[in-house]
Amino acid sequence: MQTVISRRQFFKKGALAAAAIAVSNVPQVLASDRETDRQLATLIDVSRCIGCEACVDACKESNEAKFPRPVKPFPEMVPARVKVEDWSEKKDVRDRLTPYNWLFIQRAVVQTDDGEKEITLPRRCMHCVNPPCVKLCPWGAAIQQKNGISRMDPDLCLGGAKCKNVCPWKIPQRQTGAGLYLDILPSLAGNGVMNKCDRCYDRIAEGGIPACIEACPEQVQTIGPRREILRQAHELASSMNGFIYGETENGGTNTIYVSPVPFETLNQAIDKGQGKPGLKKVKDEMSEANTLAAALVIAPIAGLASAISRYYKTMKKHASGDPS
Amino acid sequence: MNPRTIAIHPGNRRKTIYLITLFVITLTGFAQMPIFKRYYIADIPGLGWLDEFYVTHYLHYLAAAVLLAVVFDRIAEYLLMFRKRYRITVSGRIRAVLLFGLLLTGALMVIKNFPGYWFSQPAIIAMDFLHIAMTVFYLSVALWALISGKKWIEEI
Repeated sequence: MQTVISRRQFFKKGALAAAAIAVSNVPQVLASDRETDRQLATLIDVSRCIGCEACVDACKESNEAKFPRPVKPFPEMVPARVKVEDWSEKKDVRDRLTPYNWLFIQRAVVQTDDGEKEITLPRRCMHCVNPPCVKLCPWGAAIQQKNGISRMDPDLCLGGAKCKNVCPWKIPQRQTGAGLYLDILPSLAGNGVMNKCDRCYDRIAEGGIPACIEACPEQVQTIGPRREILRQAHELASSMNGFIYGETENGGTNTIYVSPVPFETLNQAIDKGQGKPGLKKVKDEMSEANTLAAALVIAPIAGLASAISRYYKTMKKHASGDPS
Repeated sequence: MNPRTIAIHPGNRRKTIYLITLFVITLTGFAQMPIFKRYYIADIPGLGWLDEFYVTHYLHYLAAAVLLAVVFDRIAEYLLMFRKRYRITVSGRIRAVLLFGLLLTGALMVIKNFPGYWFSQPAIIAMDFLHIAMTVFYLSVALWALISGKKWIEEI
């Protein structure tokens, strides 16, 4: 039986394609609401932080058992350009992020209406709502829990540092000489294990709170469902005429800073670099590819339409007696 | 004459698109692993982008869209025009199953990358490894088919 595709049917297919584009964006909107309810976030009231580093001590003590224990001597790396990253002899470093220091206090001296003032704030993983470190890890060695905590699996991580590369704040830190790569091709693939704040997922699983929050004498941090934390953050920001960081950065994070000083000012004043993340505005790094995913919905329709169109043209030619 | 038995030769253009797409999608797929910089490939002038994970990720999606269009075009073409006169060969069936698996695991990974879509770690590991394994198998079978002259379809 001859199938004839009418102009009307082509229009219908066009409308179907347009609907597919629209529908492909719906999950993102719905997902945002779901995440706000499911994920835990922390609120960091910068105005309360006195820089005492009690949180740094608590973090080190609480997570000591999770820190890497490298085997030495390290395997010879091939090619030689692959650098060993060894922090095992510098475990006491606490002014930046390292595999043995998952939280540090960042300091900024800024000019305020009351004169020069030192602002201090705890810095660690932001625990993005849609974390590129987890989503783009090629091995599934980075995990995002349902409650929004993102963490590294030290038993599976090969230390390729892609997570650090794609992290807008370059948070994960590598320790050579530990992890699975030692059992596979230690010289040719991998280079250790990546480490970062796991927001004390084990303590939270047992009904506790992260060590840094518990130890803080000034109650700088609060933890709770993201929706509630955002509500509190906006209230706090309004009360101090302050500013918020982390709500929209990289599409939204689960670490919300509220500061009386603009974050642009803080970003200029802090010491930034390796292991010292900045406070600049961060676009949603995953959004471009996720937007392109709409093309993946349309592509099969385009393919089908192309074949049907060819079929229709051929039938038309055949019916008119044109053998070409 | 039954319209379904009219053979239409699509020419080499779509085959060229298919081969280029296969090359780009494989290259950008392997670029998801941090190996191209380590092994100096990204140092070759013009190939620095292979070490840009967001760029290769985007290009991988783009190539996947083209591949999907080509695959669905071929499926529809076969069903509409070739089904009565041609059958799918054994190597064609093997490639079709592998390609389906590749597209399925790829689609799941695309969904995973949206905010709010949570997959367990074992599920993510399974998707990653199946995707890589099926790529290797598909390319191996495709190479074998190319060398031994096996076609996707043959006349009944």
